[in-house]
Amino acid sequence: MIRVRVRFFAMLQEVTGVDAFELELPPGATGVEFWNRVIDRFPALEAYRHQSRLAVNQEYVTGDVSLQDGDEVSIIPPVSGG
Amino acid sequence: MIQTAHYWVAVVTEPLELLPLYQFVLSEDCGAVDIFVGTVRNHGGGRAVARLEYHGYPEMGEKVLEHIVRRTRERWNLHRIAVFHRIGLLELTEASVIIVVSSPHRAEAFEACRFIIEEIKKDLPVWKKEHFVDGQSEWKSGS
Repeated sequence: MIRVRVRFFAMLQEVTGVDAFELELPPGATGVEFWNRVIDRFPALEAYRHQSRLAVNQEYVTGDVSLQDGDEVSIIPPVSGG
Repeated sequence: MIQTAHYWVAVVTEPLELLPLYQFVLSEDCGAVDIFVGTVRNHGGGRAVARLEYHGYPEMGEKVLEHIVRRTRERWNLHRIAVFHRIGLLELTEASVIIVVSSPHRAEAFEACRFIIEEIKKDLPVWKKEHFVDGQSEWKSGS
């Protein structure tokens, strides 16, 4: 198994009560598999799944990304900067 | 903060200052400096707003600002760009974002400045929570 550091921001922090945690995944897990595991742990995040993007090591990625041990994976809900 | 010969970008918590950014982009080669400042407005969605709370992912935000600036430089002939976004609790009229662009001619500066704010609204990992005068608050869903 690999371990990734997951980070939540803004409303996701409020909904889950968490800002960061470690998640175990099979090596090469995709973004889709990542989401499945996160939603298992935090079912309330299902509502955000289709509007949110993933960032791995601070770069946006698509769902077919292949995760590595030590990656920082952040869920980026719809942004509202500026 | 990321600073190179051509651009200076940051996501910060302190109040934004325009003058250092303006001085950074000034050059004898340039005839134009365009400046955009986003400020906190007292209404949103028909409701009276008391203040805005900005949350962000600063490390990623600076990388995204760098990507935006690079794409902007590919499109237009510019000299220098500075973009600072502030996070934290902001009162009415405070600046949330300052974009400063210099170029030899004005058309590029106007267009680049506009492009940058529009890209920020699409991609910058920053989220604003509106605190209304009636005491309620709500995360803005999208820009």
